[in-house]
Amino acid sequence: MEQTFTLLSFGPDGWGDEIAFGVLVTIGLAFATLPLGLIAGFFLSLAKQSDEKILRMASEVYTTIFRGLPELLTLFLVYYGLQIGIRQLLLALGIETTFEINSFLAGMIALGVVFSAFCSEVFLSAFRAIPAGQYEAGSALGLNRFQTMFNIILPQLIRIALPGLGNLWMILLKETALVSVIGLPDILRQAGIAARVSKEAFLFYGIACLLFLALALLSSILINRIERHVERSGIRV
Amino acid sequence: MSFAKQLIAPQRPPPPAPRPWTLSRFAGLSLMAIWILVAIGVILFLTAEWDPEKVAKYAPKYFSGLGVTLTLVSISIVLGAIASVPVALGRMSNNPLLSMPAFFYVYFFRGTPLIAQLFLIYYGLGEFRHALDSIGLWGFFREPWNCAILAFTLNTAAYQAEILRGALQSVPRGQHEGAKALGLSRFHTYWKVIIPQALIVALRPYGNEIILMIKGSAIVAIITVFDLFGETRRAYSRTFDFQAYIWAAIFYLIIVEGLRNLWNAMEKRLTRHLKR
Repeated sequence: MEQTFTLLSFGPDGWGDEIAFGVLVTIGLAFATLPLGLIAGFFLSLAKQSDEKILRMASEVYTTIFRGLPELLTLFLVYYGLQIGIRQLLLALGIETTFEINSFLAGMIALGVVFSAFCSEVFLSAFRAIPAGQYEAGSALGLNRFQTMFNIILPQLIRIALPGLGNLWMILLKETALVSVIGLPDILRQAGIAARVSKEAFLFYGIACLLFLALALLSSILINRIERHVERSGIRV
Repeated sequence: MSFAKQLIAPQRPPPPAPRPWTLSRFAGLSLMAIWILVAIGVILFLTAEWDPEKVAKYAPKYFSGLGVTLTLVSISIVLGAIASVPVALGRMSNNPLLSMPAFFYVYFFRGTPLIAQLFLIYYGLGEFRHALDSIGLWGFFREPWNCAILAFTLNTAAYQAEILRGALQSVPRGQHEGAKALGLSRFHTYWKVIIPQALIVALRPYGNEIILMIKGSAIVAIITVFDLFGETRRAYSRTFDFQAYIWAAIFYLIIVEGLRNLWNAMEKRLTRHLKR
């Protein structure tokens, strides 16, 4: 028991500080991916309800591909594909270097792309829940399309989409664990290193699981609070 | 008695106005052009790098990997479906002694990443080698394949329990009361009245769960099970040929899209009596 505490302490003998750093990396990756995925997902959902058939088709192709690929495969495609692609590009420009992409960046792009594909579906169904009268009222008030979108539609859209987005956030948080495979020092990787060195695999992987659980619990509390905040107007759509 | 002296000859309708170049049309065309370029690029890359020797060597491995993936997922889904029944019943129970453990089980397996669960079982249980040896279970946990099946089954059981619970609770109470009024026994109430209606609700979530499992199963490659992704990684590490990953992507897309369309067709067929 005492040995366990030593292993988990924040000192030179313990792995507490390394794992705490891993927690920060996991949270950082999730928070860095979120705006990327949200913005891309929003524009994708706009494209999916466009009058232009070709725009709808192009965005459907995007969703089909990134919803169907395993996240791990997307991650490897981004990680190796970008490295090879950029190296070829530099080679074509006459520069010969070895280029190595940061695993944080690769994880951010891969998870952001997957997140945006799912997020666009959430936004799309939220858009469909907003009655056409809201747009008409906007133009009746003399607002232009952007003002209608940002001042009238978007606040309602967020309120409707929030439960779905909360689910996606939980999934994103869990998917960050995959980036440990390409060497990002997140919770799982730090726990894995600790497990290998200390030969206490069950302890450290158990702690990794509990940390993810704690993050999920914290997120659900926060999401509930945000939901209550956006629903304070009391209007049910 | 008409004032018109002569009738205007019938004419063709005016030609349709040219469609304006809106932003969305421009964006759509350029994005589609990018996709077409990507598709052409992938096809050119795959044909340019087509190496009969490599294909002869790795194609059978890909197919065996595909078989491993599908076997792993089907076994886990079926075992998970069986295990999900008591968990769902526990979740719905009024007795906290039953509902609390079921709640924590579901919360744990849905709140942590599948990859962490897999590591916990594969690496973590290896630590209890002597204890497992003494009860004769070490042989089971030594194999990554068994650990993967166990982890996936436990994980999908938690998700499927929630699907089952949601579906069973979505059946209105009047159905229970109606069955009771008809004098049906509890078993017959469930078997003939509740479950058929619940399964229709559960159909789509079950399909999504299978697709999630197929996508999630790629992580077994990390604990040295050679599924489709494992074979891909092995092929890439030997040849450093990027088309290894592209072929894997094509395989996965075909499976997932096929399954999705199959599920849509099945749902359409099974819910045709609900269509108005």
